Amino acid sequence: MRYTKAIISTLLTCLLVWALNRSWGGIPAFGQLLSPFVGFWQNAETIIDADEEVTVHGTKSPVTVIIDDQAVPHVFAQNDHDLYFAQGYLTARDRLWQMEFQTHAAAGRVSEIVGDRALELDRFNRHLGMGYGAEQTLKGMQADPTTRDALDAYTAGVNAWIGQLTPAHYPIEYKLLGYAPEPWTPLKCALLLKQMSSTLAGGADDLLMTNILRRYGATVTANLFPDYPTREDPIIPPGTKWEFKPLPIPSAPKDSALSGLIALSAPGFGTPPNRANPEIGSNNWAVGPQKSATGYPILANDPHLTLSLPSIWYQIQLVSPTVNVYGASLPGAPNVIIGFNKDVAWGVTNVGADVLDFYAIRFQDDSRRKYWHDNQWKAVNRRIETIRVKGKPDVIDTVYYTHHGPLVYEAGAKPFRASIPTGYAARWIAHEPSNEMRCFYYLNRAKNFADYRKALAYYVAPAQNFIFADNKKDIAISPNGRFPLKWKDQGKFLLDGTNPATDWHGFIPADQNPIVKNPPRGFVSSANQFSTDPTYPYYINWQFAPYERGRRINQRLAAMQRATTDSLRQLQNDTYNLRAADALPTLLSMLSEKSLNQEQRKVLQSLRQWKRNNDAGEVGPTIFTEWNAQLMKAIWADEFDTGDTLPMRFPSFDRTLTLMQRDSGARWFDNVKTPAREHLPDLLAQSFQSTCDTLIKKHGPVGSNWAWGPHKSTDIRHLLPGVDAFSVLDLDVGGGNVIVNATNERTGPSWRMVVALGEQPKAFGVYPGGQSGNPGSPYYQNTIETWKKGQLNELLYLQSAQDKHPRVKRRILLK
Amino acid sequence: MIQIILIAIFSLLAQLILPWWSLAVVAFGVCFWRSPGAGRAFFYGFAGIMLVWVAYALLIHVRTDGVFTGRMSSLLFKTNNEAILILVTGILGGLVGGLSGLSGFFVRQITGTQMANRTLRRS
Repeated sequence: MRYTKAIISTLLTCLLVWALNRSWGGIPAFGQLLSPFVGFWQNAETIIDADEEVTVHGTKSPVTVIIDDQAVPHVFAQNDHDLYFAQGYLTARDRLWQMEFQTHAAAGRVSEIVGDRALELDRFNRHLGMGYGAEQTLKGMQADPTTRDALDAYTAGVNAWIGQLTPAHYPIEYKLLGYAPEPWTPLKCALLLKQMSSTLAGGADDLLMTNILRRYGATVTANLFPDYPTREDPIIPPGTKWEFKPLPIPSAPKDSALSGLIALSAPGFGTPPNRANPEIGSNNWAVGPQKSATGYPILANDPHLTLSLPSIWYQIQLVSPTVNVYGASLPGAPNVIIGFNKDVAWGVTNVGADVLDFYAIRFQDDSRRKYWHDNQWKAVNRRIETIRVKGKPDVIDTVYYTHHGPLVYEAGAKPFRASIPTGYAARWIAHEPSNEMRCFYYLNRAKNFADYRKALAYYVAPAQNFIFADNKKDIAISPNGRFPLKWKDQGKFLLDGTNPATDWHGFIPADQNPIVKNPPRGFVSSANQFSTDPTYPYYINWQFAPYERGRRINQRLAAMQRATTDSLRQLQNDTYNLRAADALPTLLSMLSEKSLNQEQRKVLQSLRQWKRNNDAGEVGPTIFTEWNAQLMKAIWADEFDTGDTLPMRFPSFDRTLTLMQRDSGARWFDNVKTPAREHLPDLLAQSFQSTCDTLIKKHGPVGSNWAWGPHKSTDIRHLLPGVDAFSVLDLDVGGGNVIVNATNERTGPSWRMVVALGEQPKAFGVYPGGQSGNPGSPYYQNTIETWKKGQLNELLYLQSAQDKHPRVKRRILLK
Repeated sequence: MIQIILIAIFSLLAQLILPWWSLAVVAFGVCFWRSPGAGRAFFYGFAGIMLVWVAYALLIHVRTDGVFTGRMSSLLFKTNNEAILILVTGILGGLVGGLSGLSGFFVRQITGTQMANRTLRRS
């Protein structure tokens, strides 16, 4: 009996310890997690004021780091090696889990961490050639000694941080998911860049457009999906001279669009298309000396991305004998990406060039060893991808590479994203060898316009509208990246991969990318709209982001005089709904009040009284946004949403509005699914009624509970899906899609910056989050309130490590 | 009562350098050394460990203004109740400590009996 008791209780104890010491599927190891000695308690941080001395191996001389009251590090190094070492070290200190997770995602390695629920995502990223592309970029970065050294120093810095970490101090996400950080490598820096390319230059409508072409023919397709919109205000002001002799444009094969494709069978899909997110975009602008109160340019930038925590950006000041730059960096990449130095400031918005095309591949046989191109069989390269899966055996996957690029999905496969065709190889700019890091290395050190141009020539992808201002009083903007040399509309539709005439024909020379310097109007700007008007000799894309943000920004800048940093800050927070202002006169004039009941008339009354601004407390934007969506559906869904059989897309809002204004009798307004012949006023009434019904059902009778802020409900979510406790949900903020203040449900300004150039730059900025990636830190989400109110913090631009400034909190000495 | 203090002190020292479950070894050892009965042994282990875990958790909670306690509480228990998380932490540690103490007592009983038998035989 005594033995039994002893054995049972000892076994039970061991069993309990064992069970608490390991994770069970998604359930973390609770013993470790709750232990105050090693668990989450150890991740709780407080504000430290004391100076610190840290011994690290890998620096050549001591590095002084000044931490300000926003926890931003200001690095003072005696050489560039130490500078990038310290950047890696400090970024890892604040953001290690995020930088590793993002690069794992890019490499198709999420299954290693979370198990087979991420397998299809991993497979997709590998089939898109993310790893292959990163290897190409790494070659480019390592071929140049300057960037290679910076990359190695940054890597050593990250690893110096990882090397001294004990499990008790792993970021909380490692503890929750039960894994450990691995050594950083230069390849991971390249993977991070590919992740940005995937987000910003990985969208494609080629398949959807081809389906439309098949269904409705070339005339209808050209009519409803034109190559230039009705309303537009391109980035390069119309009338700007192109000061170069363009290369000859390759000619399209005679049968390029149709014949080769009709023969290819239309693949079937089970999920709705997942296209480039139209809400991801950005704003930037700069006013020249004649428009600014100080007589020096002022520059503003706010990149819109999926709002997430830890913050996408990491503020840092980098000072060495060769540089003194401040700005937003990307955790996992050396240098500042958006920022300023003593002489210049720069920023970026996405171009949205057509740099991802799909080529139909004809294999010789099922072995897929040869494919047909240029009248001969060419060899296929195979790349074996081994995907490690947590708790399961490895998955071995073969990806077939043609000279176009990887076969994303084999014919007949079920794709992860329905907008990706099966049986097609992807030709993608992100597979080109490149050295974007060189561009940022130079921009960080730029002194004038010539330096800016020199830097831009190195940049490949994802193409950005680089805006620039300096204290020599120059302003400029250039939609810049490596753009393939194409015939007009090449890649609007799927391409025939057997015909060499459909290949990309080299690239537009970097010095012929669109650019404008000091335009007569006194300002430059971009909001992802068309790069140029149709006079630019080359084709970049047939569609860009809608015109509204760009035009609104230009209207306000054109009227602006004696601008200050605060006027630009206010413009960043502009909530005027230009789409509503342009569309409502047309819509309301054709909406018959007689068809509405009492309650619906009240809604109409609210809409009429609305001042066309998307402020958080307004009811108008709620009504207009919902009505707009329902109207688009009412007009187009019957013809362009056939469900899974043939994925298509709707024409743009711009085209739709033009159709309503100029051709209100068009056949598209008839709902082909009903026997009656509907006209536009019928659709307007029906969609308005159902808008009212939807909103009344959701919020009750029209009134303050229809307010836009709570209705839109902006969330800033932690990178791990479903971890609400580390997210900030239901923010009551204004703005919205196609609004200058582009704060949507899940996307928005991920960094707002305003820089006034002068003898000394004066800069302001904020992102929705904080410096720390640790949810247990007071700096995890401390700046969200400032961001939400549309305010900015002054960015502390120090001149030397000895600067005494009241905002300096403490010093860390790395030696 | 000396047992509770010993368990608290030694488990604290052990956990500073060894894995978290070293607390089980300490509770086991102390109750093996001296405990008057099964119930008491469990109580000593439970109380000694809980004391350390709750005290340390509370210290961190207070020193960091509870910035993380609420967030973790809503992550794990879907409630923003900081006290619950501190309590659960204490109970979990206490449970492991208590069971270990109990095991220490029971194992002592066997070996203790054997030693007693040996002493008997020798005499």
